[in-house]
Amino acid sequence: MSESATGYTKPLPVLEGFSKDFYAFCKQGELRFQRCKSCGAWRHMPREMCAECGSWEWEWAKSSGRGEVFTWTVVNRALHPAFRDSVPLAPVIVELEEGVRLLSEVQGCTPEELKIGMPVEVVFDEVTPEISLPKFRRCVR
Amino acid sequence: MKDQACIVGIGETKYLRGEGSGMTLLGLQLQAATRAIADAGLKNSQIDGIMPFPTLGTAEAFAANLGCVNLRFAVTIHMGGASPVASLESAALAVTSGAADYVLIPAGWNGYSSARARQTVSQDVSSLPGGTIARDYYLPYGLTAPPQWYSLMARRHMHEYGTKAEQLGAIALAMRKHAQLNPNAVMRGRAMTMDDYLASPMLADPYRLFDCCLETDGAAALVVTSVERARDLKKKPAYIMSVAAGQPYPADEFTNRKDIFRTGLTIAAPEAFARAGVTPKDVDFAQIYDCFTFEVLQQIEEVGFCKRGEGGAFVEGGRIELGGELPVNTHGGLLSEAHVLGMNHIVEAVRQLRGVAGERQVKDAEIGVVTGWGDFGDGSIAILRR
Repeated sequence: MSESATGYTKPLPVLEGFSKDFYAFCKQGELRFQRCKSCGAWRHMPREMCAECGSWEWEWAKSSGRGEVFTWTVVNRALHPAFRDSVPLAPVIVELEEGVRLLSEVQGCTPEELKIGMPVEVVFDEVTPEISLPKFRRCVR
Repeated sequence: MKDQACIVGIGETKYLRGEGSGMTLLGLQLQAATRAIADAGLKNSQIDGIMPFPTLGTAEAFAANLGCVNLRFAVTIHMGGASPVASLESAALAVTSGAADYVLIPAGWNGYSSARARQTVSQDVSSLPGGTIARDYYLPYGLTAPPQWYSLMARRHMHEYGTKAEQLGAIALAMRKHAQLNPNAVMRGRAMTMDDYLASPMLADPYRLFDCCLETDGAAALVVTSVERARDLKKKPAYIMSVAAGQPYPADEFTNRKDIFRTGLTIAAPEAFARAGVTPKDVDFAQIYDCFTFEVLQQIEEVGFCKRGEGGAFVEGGRIELGGELPVNTHGGLLSEAHVLGMNHIVEAVRQLRGVAGERQVKDAEIGVVTGWGDFGDGSIAILRR
C-alpha cells in the first residue's frame, strides 16, 4: 500500500477477492454491484451466491449511480485515530435506484444540510493512486 | 426445558473508573466467579462447565485457577454483548442433559483502565463485527465504532416514527435515577436532568455523550444448575423459564437489511415467550442491554412491550422507572451502573427475583426479562421467574 507515499493515512479497503473487483471498477469510474444472472436480484455486500434464489451465477452489473440518502449520522468525536482531524464527518447510507445500499458520504454538503430522501449521484474520490472511493454529491431528481 | 434449570449463584466485583481495578483481566473475572460460586454454596472444584465471554478468557485458564478438575463443558457463544444471555440457553441445556452439573458463566473487563471499549477498533478483521466487510466498506468512510453504526439506525427510526431526542433522554434519565439507589453503580451520586442530557456533547448524531454506555472496570458471573441440584443449595433459585437467541439478517452487515429494525431479538422474543408460556404483559421488570439509549427503545419494541414505532411514547412519563409500568434496568444498566457486557443485567434480575434488591426492589417481582444485544444486532432474551 502506498499510504506513506501519498500521505493518505485513513483506513483503506484491502484489495482481495470481491473487494478487488469492486474497487477496480470504482477506479475506472464505474459503480458496479453483483446481480444474479438467474433471478436478476442486485446485491451488496458481495457474496458467493444469491441468497434470494441460490444461484451461483452472477455478473458485475453497472449501477446508475443515482439514489437517495437512506439515513445519516454526524460524527463529532472520532473514535479511530485516523479520523481525528477529519471531524465532523458524516457517514451516510445511500439507497441506489437498483435497491442496494452503500455506506458512503455526501461531498459538498454540510452536516446541517443532510436529509433523508435527498437525491444524490455517485462521484469517485481518488484517495490514492490505487483506490478511488465511491462518494456522492447532491443532484436533482 | 421450561423451569428445568436455574441460576443459583451470582457474583460481582466492584465497578470502577478512576484508577481502575488494579487486577488482570482474568483475575477480575475470577473474583466475580468465586463470589458467584460461594453465593451458590458450592466449591470451586464442583464447577464442571465454563462459558467464557468471547475473547476475554479461556475455559482452560478459568479451570486451572479454580481447580475444576472435572471440566466437561467448555463453550463460548460468539454474539458480542448478546453472549451472556444467550449462554444461559446452552448452560440450561447442558445441566438438564447431563453434559455438566454446574456451569459458570463469567464476563468482565478492564474497560476503563485498559484498552477502552471505544479503542477496540482496528484493521484487525478478527476483532471487527462484520470482519472484512467492515474493513473494506465501512472503515474507509470513518464508520468505525458502535455508536456510529447504531446512530444510523436511530436516525432512521426518528425519521419513520418521529422518535425524539427527549425520548432517548428519558431512557438515559431512568437508568441514572435507578443508579442513585445502587451502591455499586458508578454514577451513584451524580443525578442527571433532561437539561443535562440535552446539553451533553453530540458524539454521533443523534447520540449525545449521555446516550452512550459507560466504560468501566468490573466483572460479574453466575452459576447455572438443574432444578434437582438447586434444591440442595442455599439460595433461592431463579428459574429459567426460557431463553432464545437470534441473529439479524444479514448479521455480518447492517446497511442492506430490507427491514433495518428487524434484529436478532425480533426472532428470539416471540420464541422465548411461547416457550415460557407467558406474554410481555406478565413481566414485572426488564433488564435491557443498554449499550446506547436507542437500542433500549428498539428492544422494548421488538420484545413486544409495545408496537414498533411506539417505543418513544412508551419510555416517557416514568413508565420505565421504578414504580412505573415496566421498570427497566433497575441497577442503572450499562448507561449508569457499569458496562459489564450485560452480565450485570442478569445478576440484577436474579437479585430482583430473590427479593434482595434493597431500595430498588420491584415489589413482588415474580417474572423478569433480560436481553442481550451484540455486534450489528445479535439478540438474546431470557425469561426468568422466582
